Amino acid sequence: MNWIANFVRPKIRALVNKPDVPDNLWEKCPSCEQMVFHRELDANLRVCPHCNHHLRISARQRLEWLFDDGEFKVIELPETLADPLKFRDRKRYTDRLKEAQAKNEDKEAIVVAHGEIGGSSVVLAAFNFSFMGGSMGMAVGEGLLAAARLAVLQDAALIVVPASGGARMQEGILSLMQMPRSVIAVDLVKEAGLPYIVLLSDPTTGGVSASFAMLGDIAIAEPGATIGFAGKRVIEETIRETLPEGFQRSEYLLDHGMVDMVVPRQELKVTLGRVLNLLSVKSPSAEIVPLPGTEDIAVEVEAEAEVEAETSQETAENGKGEPEDGKTE
Amino acid sequence: MHNFLDFEKPIAELEGKIEELRHLSDSGDMNIAEEVTKLQGKADRLLRQTYARLTAWQKSQVARHPDRPHFRHYIEQLVDDFTPLAGDRAFAEDAAIVGGIGRFRGYSVMVIGQEKGSDTHARVKHNFGMARPEGYRKAQRLMEMADRFGLPLITLVDTAGAYPGIGAEERGQSQAIARSIEVSLGMKVPVISVIIGEGGSGGAIALASANSVIMLEHSIYSVISPEGCASILWRSGDQAKEAAEALKLTAQDLKKLGVIDEVVAEPLGGAHRGADTTITAVGDVVERLLVEMRRKDGTVLKQQRRDKFLGMGQKGLS
Ligand SMILES: [Zn+2]
Repeated sequence: MNWIANFVRPKIRALVNKPDVPDNLWEKCPSCEQMVFHRELDANLRVCPHCNHHLRISARQRLEWLFDDGEFKVIELPETLADPLKFRDRKRYTDRLKEAQAKNEDKEAIVVAHGEIGGSSVVLAAFNFSFMGGSMGMAVGEGLLAAARLAVLQDAALIVVPASGGARMQEGILSLMQMPRSVIAVDLVKEAGLPYIVLLSDPTTGGVSASFAMLGDIAIAEPGATIGFAGKRVIEETIRETLPEGFQRSEYLLDHGMVDMVVPRQELKVTLGRVLNLLSVKSPSAEIVPLPGTEDIAVEVEAEAEVEAETSQETAENGKGEPEDGKTE
Repeated sequence: MHNFLDFEKPIAELEGKIEELRHLSDSGDMNIAEEVTKLQGKADRLLRQTYARLTAWQKSQVARHPDRPHFRHYIEQLVDDFTPLAGDRAFAEDAAIVGGIGRFRGYSVMVIGQEKGSDTHARVKHNFGMARPEGYRKAQRLMEMADRFGLPLITLVDTAGAYPGIGAEERGQSQAIARSIEVSLGMKVPVISVIIGEGGSGGAIALASANSVIMLEHSIYSVISPEGCASILWRSGDQAKEAAEALKLTAQDLKKLGVIDEVVAEPLGGAHRGADTTITAVGDVVERLLVEMRRKDGTVLKQQRRDKFLGMGQKGLS
């Protein structure tokens, strides 16, 4: 892609004004504002090819792009009280929920699935920012608990990918109570001696960052994600100062010792696979095939998939993490 | 009374009149004395009526009343030999959270809580009860110490929230709160929390992941302040009153929701009109809970604490 292709193509399209080309085939990068062809953007895991901005992705995309061969099983989440407070601001909470459900694939802000990453058994809970800002209410709390319990049952690692502005205000105190409840969830996994990895994506703030999201054995952040407790506006109003460059971004947190690493989206899968392997396969074995390094991932996707398939077979043979789907759901 | 709230204006006016008459009655006029008694009766009735049906927003104001008893007052009245312990051993001492060992009605305990301060000097010293990460890390250190020595933990929660600042974020405010919750949930000693004034969001739950959470009658406990909620959902801070109602942040509603375990009555006109009575009442409830819990095994206490939080969300409000 060169400059001309990107800048001129949308303009030409506008001039020609072909009615059979829907507008949404081109997307504007929210960071550099360049137009990117949607297929190119998806092929690049929705990372802007011009400025490397990591666009927000849905929970389903997250699952597809992280699990080996894009294969996973989504689990049904427990029902929770729909509107415990009968909350109403300018709109009814029940109406806000319906709207969110209408425009989303899933019924709530979290999706839980199990499968393998780099051959290791994993339960993955991914947030949907587009569902009421990924806010954490009772359903999300129950989702995290279900994910943790499944991980323990399957002897699998738990990976959580928050993308959330914080607590769901419309559930009042019950949303605040999801902070201790989600902490209990991760402690169930930790007490079982299983890895709990957090993959902080944009944004991870408020009550979500101040609970399960900051308690990972390993904390990985996607580049440029906003991660913090208080909102920027609140801080500015309190201290009456402008905030430093890059404040509350992944790289800033890395500099301040709050995350282990900042990993580009294209390298997440390999990094997670390696980390999980190191945390679970603890002694030398003739059967262990070293996982590929992080370099050359883009070109060697196929080769990698093969290696991963092999490793997954081996772990199953070793008697580790053999999720028989029937018994786990 | 020096600080009257907006909705207490009619009461303030009556009491002002009574005060004036009292000055006059120094001369020994029987008629004036009678008038004073009459007015006093009227003022008391008005006070009782007003406090019997406080709205959520009015309760928010009572909970934040500058004369309301704070952490320090509870310690002075309830804890002997209180020995404050300072610092997080990593960065700083944060006086927004005070903690230490002491003797509560014969039992050696660890007490931790936010101190808002009752005068300008104290408010600045304690940062209005808004803790930085160091405050929460000190709390964790003291929780772990309590656990090691088998000392029950009593927390007194009174904060608008964790402090929103650059340094606080850089030093991991989120992690500090998250970890406080985790440490508290893992303890094998009784943990009893009392919301004595304002239970503000993450800054409050960091110290309230307890076996029993009790609230004073006019205290509040919420995921966000009414003002903050109004500015986000109503797009204007002026709707704080509506937001306070919608959030169901009163002790009475939270009891119905099964989020808190007990409500402790305040004296007529709120805790700030009878600090001693309020503090004694809190002490009595804490003592009763402590005696019950001390009999239990540590693993049982931990499991019960977990089960309590896991069981939340079964019932809503009608
Ligand atoms: Zn871009």
